[in-house]
Formats: sequence, C-alpha cells, structure tokens
Amino acid sequence: MSTKKVISGNYTASYASMLCRAEVVPAYPITPQTTIVEKIAEFVASGQMKAQYINVESEHSAMAACISAALTGVRTFTATSAHGLVLMHEMLHWAAGARTPVIMANINRALAPPWNVWADHTDSMSQRDTGWIQIYCSSNQEVLDTLILCYKVCEQPDIMLPAMVNLDAFILSHTSEVVDVPDQKEVDDFLPQFNPEIKLDVDEPLSFGTLAFPSSWYMEWRYKIQHAHDLAAKRLVEEAKAFEKHFGRPWGGLIEEYRSKDAEIILVTMSTIASTTKDVVDSLRDQGRDVGLVRIKSFRPFPTKDLREALGHAKVVGVADRSHTFGNEGPLFTEVKGALYNHDRRPPLVGFTVGIGGRDVLGSTIEGLYDHLEKVADGEAYKEVRWIDLIGDEEEVV
Amino acid sequence: MAGKKLPLPEEELMDPGHVGCLGCGGCHAMRYTLKATGPRTIISIPACCWAVMPGVYPNTCFNIPHINTAFEVTAASISGIRAALDARGIEDITVLGWAGDGGTADIGIQALSGMVERGTKAMYIMYDNEAYMNTGIQRSSSTPIGAWTTTTQVGKVRDYKRAPKKNMVEIMVAHGIPYTATANIAWPKDLIAKVKKAMAVDGPSFIHIFAPCPTGWRYPPDRTLEIARMATHAKIFPLYEVENGVYTVKKFKKEASISEYMMMQGRFRHLTQEEIGSISESVVRWYDKLLKFELMTQEE
Repeated sequence: MSTKKVISGNYTASYASMLCRAEVVPAYPITPQTTIVEKIAEFVASGQMKAQYINVESEHSAMAACISAALTGVRTFTATSAHGLVLMHEMLHWAAGARTPVIMANINRALAPPWNVWADHTDSMSQRDTGWIQIYCSSNQEVLDTLILCYKVCEQPDIMLPAMVNLDAFILSHTSEVVDVPDQKEVDDFLPQFNPEIKLDVDEPLSFGTLAFPSSWYMEWRYKIQHAHDLAAKRLVEEAKAFEKHFGRPWGGLIEEYRSKDAEIILVTMSTIASTTKDVVDSLRDQGRDVGLVRIKSFRPFPTKDLREALGHAKVVGVADRSHTFGNEGPLFTEVKGALYNHDRRPPLVGFTVGIGGRDVLGSTIEGLYDHLEKVADGEAYKEVRWIDLIGDEEEVV
Repeated sequence: MAGKKLPLPEEELMDPGHVGCLGCGGCHAMRYTLKATGPRTIISIPACCWAVMPGVYPNTCFNIPHINTAFEVTAASISGIRAALDARGIEDITVLGWAGDGGTADIGIQALSGMVERGTKAMYIMYDNEAYMNTGIQRSSSTPIGAWTTTTQVGKVRDYKRAPKKNMVEIMVAHGIPYTATANIAWPKDLIAKVKKAMAVDGPSFIHIFAPCPTGWRYPPDRTLEIARMATHAKIFPLYEVENGVYTVKKFKKEASISEYMMMQGRFRHLTQEEIGSISESVVRWYDKLLKFELMTQEE
C-alpha cells in the first residue's frame, strides 16, 4: 500500500534512496541539496534505512567512494548540486568508464561567480559528455519514480551506466507536493537486489581499469558505452511500461508531448519551465492559438528519433534553455537543431536563453516566447538566439 | 655468495611479468606487502608507477582483486570498498590503498585526511620514490631537499628543490591515527611485520615505504637495496612506528655516511659539501627529535 505524503523534492529523493535500499551513501553538503543527505542521515540513524553512510570530505570523494563501492557489488546513492557536481567531473567520467550504475540526484543550481544558489542547468549541462544518463524532472512524483526506474534500468548487465536525476533548485528541491510513496514491498518486488556478476571478489580476483593501448580495446570499450546508451533509451521506455503496470502510474517516455501533435508552434524545454509552459499552452489554446509543448525528459540518451517524430510537422520550433554554452548558444538548442538537421522535415528553430541564475520564468515570459514564435511562423525575420528578460536594454548588437 | 633464504611467506600474489623498471624499489614493496596481507585483500591503486606496472590489458600480475582509480581518490576509493563490504557483512578482507608519494602527499592528501579522520578500517600504503616517477621524475612534496628533478632543474638562476620533504607519518600522527609506521624494502621482515600489525588495527593505518628508484635517482639498478639500506643507516629514513601515539624507533649499530649516500645518486650530484653538511644537520636534528618523542611517549 502506498502512502500519500506532502514532501519536498529533496525529501522525495531521500525516500527513494531508502525505498531502493541504497547500501552505501557517501554524503557531502551543498545548498540546495543538503536536505537530501540530512534526511538520509535521519533514516540511517533511526534504523529505518540500512545503509553505510560515509561523511566524505568532498563531492569528488563522494563520487570516488560510490564508484569503488559499486565495483564491490553494492547499490549506491549520493546527491549533489552545482559546484559539487562540477567538482565531481573527473569521477563522473570514471563512473561511466568503469561501468558502475551509480545513481545520483543533482539539484540544478547556478555556478559562481557571482554566488547564486538558484535554478540553472549549467551544472549538469557541462557534464553532458561524461557518459551519464541524465533525466530532468518536473514534479516531485517524477523524482521518486525516475530514481526507482533508473536503478532498475542502470543495473541491468548490458546497461551498467550511471544516472543523474535532475531537479530544479528550490522550485522542486524545496517545494512540497503530494507524492504517492510506494511501500517497501512494492519497490522490492519491482527492484531486486543488485548482485553484479563481475565485481571485486577475492574468490575470483580480477583487475579493473588496467592500461589499454590505442591498438587494443580502449576504443571498443568507449563504443560499448554508446551502445549501452542506445539500449538504455529502449530499456527506459520498456521498464516504464513495467513500472506503470506495477505501480499503476505512468512514467511515459524520453519526451513528453503536450498538445503538440496538432500544434504548428512548439516550444521545447525541460524541467519545471515545462510545467509553467503547460499552463500557458492551455490558456493560449483557449484563445485559439496553435501552440504546444515538447518536454525533454531524457537529455542523455538524447531522444533524437522521438524529437523528429514530435517536431517534424511544426511550422516553427522554439527551444528554451536554462543554461548557455558561452561562445555559442543554449546546449539544448544545439542538440535539438542537431537532431532535426538530417530529418526530411526541418522547421525553423529559435533558441531562447531564459531563467539564468534562477530568474523567474513566468507565464508571461513563456507567452512572450510563443508571441515571438508566431511572428517567425508568419515569416518575420528573426534572430536565431535570444536572451530573454535581460534587465535594461535588449541584447547588445555586435 | 651462497644465498640464505629469507624467512618470508612463500605465497606470491604478485606474479612475474610486471612492467616496472629494472631495479624498481616499488616492486619489492608490493611483493612483500602482498606476502603479508595474503589473498583475502582488495587493492585500489591510483595514477602512479603501479598504475602501469601490473601490465597491459588483458594481462595483470596480481592474484588479488584490484582496481585502478583516479590520482587523488585512493583513500575515498578504499572507504567505498570498506563500506560496501560492511553493507554485506563481509569482515575478513583487508582493504588496501596503494599510492605513490605524489598521489599521497600532494594530490591525494585531502581524501587521505578525510578517511583517517573518519576512522575507516583500511590500510593505506605510500610507496615513496620521492618524485612523480611515472610521469618522468617531477618534484613532489615528498622529494627531499637538494634533489634535482625534471621540474627542479639545476641551472644558473634556479637550482634543486629547496623545500624539505613533507613528513606524512607525522601528519598521520596529528590525525590521531591508531597505527602508522615507516618501512624500508631493505628490511622485508620488518616491513611484513608492520603490514601485519596494520591489518590487525580496527581503524585506519598508514605505512610509508621507502622505495628507491634507479631511473629517477640516477644510480645503477643493481644498487637499489644498497641505497635503501644506506638511507636508513644514515638516518635519512629512520624506521619507526607509532601505535596509538607511542613511538618506537628501530636502532641500528651500523651507520652510513649521508654524504656517501647522496653522492651515489645523480640527483644530488650538484650539491656542494657545505650544502650536504647543512642537510646532514637537519637529518640528525630530526632523528634526535624522534628519539625524544619515543622517550616521551613510552614513558607516558
């Protein structure tokens, strides 16, 4: 029997780690992640959760401990944000390279300087190439369900990839919502104990990560990580169906299409901006405007095929990024353009950089994006990339 | 000379076929250590000579489970391994972190400090060849004063390493570590006894093993053990252990000349007798201090 709890996104992640029976949890504080590991410390102290809780001295060590523990054959969990995540960078590569199914919650937060603890996707976007699965959530329920699903998929012998489950700082991390929390038996029935065949084992000693020459195997192992991502894209959808059957609640697919199948103007975005966008779409639809939303949930593996199917019919597509690749444009925008370039139907695309450093992305902001996209659809000249809601003058013309 | 067999454990957990240099001190250090730990040992090794020495995939010279990890995370890695074993209730395994001096005294010191402060039951060994030898003889904080390295070049306006060697054992003592010791590959029985003591500790232990490097120290490979022996006899590398704060220093009747020790190695060739004299004074000062520590702590 599940229980309805009114809990924050962070506590939801803590509950998920307990329900998934994470056995080793290295923990280090950082705002706005801290309440996740505080709650886990409480679970462990009270005896509710049987985990080895390691008070590491940095996030870098947290990830290193997770990797070695996972290679010893146990389930691991940690949580971080912003500077903690980028400090882990080297070990994120290591986790994927060592093929460890480490699962981590990341609270998307801006990077300093100047100091800023609010929602921004620069932290995880800059970890794009580390080999991690990256899922972006837009509700606390989705945080819980995604964590369970990630353990289920990532621990499969032909996947063995780490996964990062992303929550927007404060907007999800510290906002309480009603969450349907399954009981332990329900989760146990869905998620068996992690018992990898290959691990650090004194009875069957193996060396892990030894030197591999250019002429032998390094490149093949890297190819296998790509292959595992391709498999994971399928497996996430398959296991989501099993999840729905088991828990009675859909998880959906790698993207979510919201009133977009018959829309001419589609905005693509992620995380909590997508929740706001749904409201805007509803009200604009009421006004008879032809708009829809596509929310990307899985940024890695990237849902190229799904996006082609979801966006090919549009007259114009906008992409709202809560981060920016300096010297270019929003990373999500680049990726969506890339997905459509080799497609036979290629609508014009506009990139919007919004909500940087937690600046509010209001309904009116989103409505402004749709206004702009409508003008593009009507044939008006447009700028490919725009920074939205800058204080003072519009963007400088170079 | 007819060889006398050393009374050491027969079992070899490090097979022939490693790819270390001829005369590598780190090779002896590993072999003796594994003879002490036995097969129920998991070893974690970061970037260092020993990251390469086990061999190129699919070969390995180890008969124990072994993972490679990043340069600075040895102590975090073994913390993770111990936690995983604890999570499954497995108690009879030695968890061993094995890192060089750069990976310990420089880039890995933060993770090591964290592990020791937490009291993790794991053994950490620093095999000390006194520079970043795997990358080609660059200065580490464990490089002794006076040494040439490829990043402390001897030239007209800049010369050898001017800062003294970082003392890792004392840093461990400052953490209140239950067991720490120095060991030398020239005294395998002593080394093995210390590793066995470290294994029995219910908490963290740290052993600093002196492991001369012919390639980096610029001496012929057949003189490794001779040089190792001289370092201790000359009191440059005293053998001592600190058990719960109590110092025990191994005393030797035999003495060796610091000057002779240094002149055997190309890395010190540029030093004047005056400079060697000043280094000798600091060696004697530290050794005398150690004896005082011993006296003070044993009396307590």
